[in-house]
Formats: sequence, structure tokens, C-alpha cells
Amino acid sequence: MQVSSETAIKIKGLKKSFGSLEVLKGMDLEIKKGEVVCLIGPSGSGKSTFLRCMNRLEEITAGQILVNGNDITASGTNINKVRENIGMVFQHFNLFPHLTVKKNITLAPVELKLMSKEEADKKAIELLKMVGLEQKANVHPAQLSGGQKQRVAIARALAMNPDIMLFDEPTSALDPEMVGEVLNVMKELAKKGMTMVVVTHEMGFAREVSDRVLFLDGGYILEEGSPEELLSNPKNPRTIDFLNKVL
Amino acid sequence: MLLIAMGRTLELTFLSLFFATVIGLIFGLFNVSRIKFLHAIAYIYIDIARGVPLIVLGFFTYFGIPGITGVKLSALVAGMIALSLNAGAYMAEIIRAGIQSVDKGQMEAARSLGLPYRKAMSKVVMPQAIKTMVPSIINQYIITLKDTSILSVIGFPELVKTGQIIIARTYETALMWVIVGVMYLIVITILSAIAKRLERRVSYAG
Repeated sequence: MQVSSETAIKIKGLKKSFGSLEVLKGMDLEIKKGEVVCLIGPSGSGKSTFLRCMNRLEEITAGQILVNGNDITASGTNINKVRENIGMVFQHFNLFPHLTVKKNITLAPVELKLMSKEEADKKAIELLKMVGLEQKANVHPAQLSGGQKQRVAIARALAMNPDIMLFDEPTSALDPEMVGEVLNVMKELAKKGMTMVVVTHEMGFAREVSDRVLFLDGGYILEEGSPEELLSNPKNPRTIDFLNKVL
Repeated sequence: MLLIAMGRTLELTFLSLFFATVIGLIFGLFNVSRIKFLHAIAYIYIDIARGVPLIVLGFFTYFGIPGITGVKLSALVAGMIALSLNAGAYMAEIIRAGIQSVDKGQMEAARSLGLPYRKAMSKVVMPQAIKTMVPSIINQYIITLKDTSILSVIGFPELVKTGQIIIARTYETALMWVIVGVMYLIVITILSAIAKRLERRVSYAG
């Protein structure tokens, strides 16, 4: 994995409240280009919220998020332009059910006039080949299995040529036998040098693919380190407790 | 004479429905907007327009507005305004409910791809919302068609008013109301059949 010295995402003093409930209480994080970072932690620890702040699906309460050096929370920021560069994959896939698989992939690049319809179609087929689903181009999402849906969702995000990909528990809604096919696509992506932030419960994936693992609990990053360090030799008692329950 | 009246009824219905749909779309979108001001405007409009009986709204536009502004509205225009405002509020609610029936993840996924709110709404959310809205919209169209009869009170010579005029001449009360009733029934049946076909066309595979 080629991790460069350039910063992809830099987060300073991020706080996020929902009403009176403070979910994130002060996060600082720097992610290098090409780095794969896994966020782990118990449910309710704020890891999904943290991820969703990174493309402003959640508006932050305080702090700063710099993506490729640009402050995306600044008032003059065109958030749509920022998001073109940050792909996101959701737990429940969120494919567009009224469109075919191919149209799901080409909608955004064509609507945003980044590609002609022909270019987008070509790109869609390429991406579908990459995720092993080129024969499904013309079916609707309802005819796909969960694993296939998630692979299409990854292809859809990649169609925008993002240089950062966010994954929000991409395998949590899948039957166990379909987890592997999605993780394999993600591994390929990591190998190609994509910057990835992954909220996951797949400790095997975290161990094998990530450069760094962060343990979140109670709205803080409690511990971070290489997968070997954090997963095999955790220091924080809460991390130890959590890993004992999930491993 | 009755056919001409039917024509007027339909004219009033279609004009009102056109404006009601436009009003409904605008206020329905206002209602789901995250901008509090727009949301509040929609809320106030819908509450008022739904809370006031159509007959009162009709009296107000036909007799009240000229009193205040000095501008005399024709019975057609006054009726149309009353019906549009009334049906518009129901349409707004149908459209709001339709939009809200679409999973929030759809909007999020569209926005996460960089699509602006309007594009996400028109290309992703609305096409799915329409599917659930169509039966209610058709229902509202039928109600509005029948509600035109209420506006006979402001003297617009639609079907019911014309029926009354004919009865005053012929004293064929029972027969006349049966004929008027059947005419409504025929038109509504035809419109429902067209609507059913439309409904089938907007529903997609899966």
C-alpha cells in the first residue's frame, strides 16, 4: 500500500451534537493520501456520525474539516463540488430502485455534465467488470442480491472518480456468505491506492487491509494504531473490553 | 344545455386542477424544505386552506374580494381560485407525504454523489414519490370534479346550477337529478379509467 506524505483529510477539534446530545466531543485526525483507516467501536460510539461529517451529510457543531487542504465547513464552500471527490457507500446500499444498474452508475456524472452519456456508459461497464457484474448492467436493483447491490453501490461511487472513499458499515446488512465478495472489491480498491475510511465490524478486514485502526467510544478516539498494535495488543481497557466481545 | 354545462364543469375542474397541482407542488416542496421560513409558509397555507370550507372560500372570492378591492371577478375565475386554493392544500399534503415516503437514504446517496438538492429531488426522490402519490392524486382530482358542484352557489352555470335552472322550468325534479348524477358518474368513470392506465405506466419493475 502506497501511503504518500500528503494529507487527504485533516480534522481539527470536531464536535457534533444532535439537539442537546453531544455525540462527538472533540475529534482530531489526519489521514494521508492512499491510507486505509478503519473506525471500530461499539454501536452508539459515534463512528458513523464521524464518517458522515467528512462529506457533510451531518453538519458539524464545532471544529474544522480540511479535504485536500480545503475547509469544507467554511461558509463559501460548494459542498457539491467537494462531494464529487468523496465517494460514499452506505450500509443499506441506497441504490436508486427506479433506475437500472447502469443508470444508477451514470446518473451523477451525466447530470453533472462531467461525462457524455457514451463516456459514462463505457465507464459504467468498466466499473461493473471490475466488481464482476457486467452482465447485470440492465437489470433493476430489486433483482440483485445484497452483495451484488453493494458492489454496484461501490461502482456508482467510483464513477465520479473520487480520490477518497467513505464506507459506512458496508457489510453489516449482508448475509454472511456475501460479505467476502464486497470485502474483496474493497481490498482491490485499497491496493490501487484509494484513500479509504471504513466504519466496520469486520476485524479480519481491518487487520488485513487497513494501515491504521481507530477505536471510538463515547464520542472520542480512545486509541489508534496499526492493526497489529491495536487489535493484538490494545492498551486502553475499553478497547480491550470491546475486542474481547467481538473477536 | 346540460352538455354545455358539463363542459363548463370540466373547464372549471381542469383549470382548478392545473393550478392546484402547481400550488401543491410548490407548497409540498416548501413543506419538506429544511428552510424553516418556507416550511412555516406551507404550514400556514395548508392549515387555512384546508380548515375553511370550500363554500366559504367561494363566497369570499366571489362576493368578498370585490367588496375589498373593487375588482369584480367572474364566477368562473372566483370559483377557480377557491377550488385551486382548496385542492392545492390537499395536493400539497399528498406531495409531502409522497416525498416523505421515500427512504431518506435515497436523498443522502444522491447528495453524496455531488448532485445538488434540486437534481437529487427531481431525478431520484420525485420519480419514486410519484409512484405512491398517483392513487391519492387521482382521488383528489375526482373529489375536485365533484366539488365544482358546490360552486353552483355563486351562480356559475356548471352542471348542478344548470340542472336547477331546468327543473325550475320543467318541474322534472327526480329525472333531472338522476340525469345530472349519471353525467357525473360517466365522466368520473372515464377519468378513473384513464388514471388507472397512467398509474400502471408510472409503476416500475420491482
